[in-house]
Amino acid sequence: MEFMKNGKRIDDRLPKELRPIKFEVGALQRADGSCYVEHGGNKIMAAVYGPRAVHPRHLQQANRAIIRYRYNMASFSVEERRRPGPDRRSIEISKVSREAIDPVIIKEFYPRSTIDIFVEILQADAGTRSAGINAASVALADAGVPMRGLISSCAVGKVDDTVVLDLVKEEDNYGQADMPIAMDVRTGEVTLLQMDGHLTLDEFEQALELGKIGCASIADMQREALIQKYRGEEDE
Amino acid sequence: MNDVIAEIKRDYIYELAKRSERADGRALDEYRPIQVEVGLIGKAEGSARVKIGNTQVLVGVKVQPGEPFPDSPDTGVIITNVELVPLASPSFEPGPPDENAIELARVVDRGVRESGAIDLSELTLPDGKVWIIFIDVHVLDHDGNLMDAAALGALAALVHATKPCERYGYGPDAPLPIKESPIAVTAVDLDGEIMLDPSLDEETIASSKLTVISGLQGALAGMQKSGTGTLSVEEIARIVKLASSKAMQIRDDLFGGSTDG
Repeated sequence: MEFMKNGKRIDDRLPKELRPIKFEVGALQRADGSCYVEHGGNKIMAAVYGPRAVHPRHLQQANRAIIRYRYNMASFSVEERRRPGPDRRSIEISKVSREAIDPVIIKEFYPRSTIDIFVEILQADAGTRSAGINAASVALADAGVPMRGLISSCAVGKVDDTVVLDLVKEEDNYGQADMPIAMDVRTGEVTLLQMDGHLTLDEFEQALELGKIGCASIADMQREALIQKYRGEEDE
Repeated sequence: MNDVIAEIKRDYIYELAKRSERADGRALDEYRPIQVEVGLIGKAEGSARVKIGNTQVLVGVKVQPGEPFPDSPDTGVIITNVELVPLASPSFEPGPPDENAIELARVVDRGVRESGAIDLSELTLPDGKVWIIFIDVHVLDHDGNLMDAAALGALAALVHATKPCERYGYGPDAPLPIKESPIAVTAVDLDGEIMLDPSLDEETIASSKLTVISGLQGALAGMQKSGTGTLSVEEIARIVKLASSKAMQIRDDLFGGSTDG
């Protein structure tokens, strides 16, 4: 499969170009905080409940809140129907996503409580864990959960020996490498890093640098989406 | 994985780290002694016991003919599973694999798969079936750095595994088509000091670790950050370089630089 033509990718993007991204803050009524994101072909809803009481109670921590994160794919979100419920992939993604968000949440403010984050992938087109983390981060801010920063995430990869930003499905499936990364752009702290495929050390350094740039652009969009919503409320 | 550690021990290890020292006297980039034995399990087509210090895993590889995935009829199948059996640690409990076991299994699987360690296209059979390779990691003693031990055990077991052709009427037995030699190297960052092969205490204290899997040419095949801590871009770059060269050294020591040792 040929991925690069005249310096452009299969969806006509440049190597360092993100797909179109749209955040909608507070998309749900009942949740304490929520965010809907469209990221290229991905359609993802994130909701935050809490801080609230922990059930089952033996999970509670005396000195801080616990964070729970559920990444779940709708059965209709992909070409071939998925069996509903968690599989091994979603369990791993839930774990690394929780660990990506956890470091910025000020958990000490809410002993004996839980902050539950639910991420539903309604339509999937590569990079769902990253887009889910972006939405979850905005939903946490929407819920008023105290945080040290916003977490932003994107994937970097390699197709036709070119390091590219934000893979689409074909690039992810048939490309040479995929590397999701999440960070607090303000401090430069990386909170999620995974990689599979083939990267030389040189390409890896390029990829890391490109990932940083991608996350920075996304952080701007997240902040803008939050400002948009809450500026309106102030005026009323 | 939810092991507790005394504050005083934590402080001690941090104090040592400030002086670039470790509780067991190792250099920061030094592994505990690595021991690999293969072929202990006669019933398995391949097996390996790996010890890294007191950490011990047993990997069994079973190879059986079976149906390929419908979307890839011409490639063999790898299925990786990790059992954190309760005899290995007071913090392991019986039951279905938890997220730690699943993560471990999936990282080992990606290392084998993405490095191209096994040429899956050579696993087809004349009757439309393919070889299914089950890699089962049995953790026996958890004293830190299960990731590297499991990945090494998987590789060693695969290298020595055979396709049981005779038993299923496909001609004489043959070795698996091994093409790469992915080695996992895990690092933790304690107060700016990067330590390879973290002991249980070190990995309990460090809030996150980074596993880097690299192949014969030093190129990266997989990576996984695990834990709620954070790493800077510079730390990551340092760890990756260090891990890639350490992997070469481990491979040379154990396999003499080739995959068929």
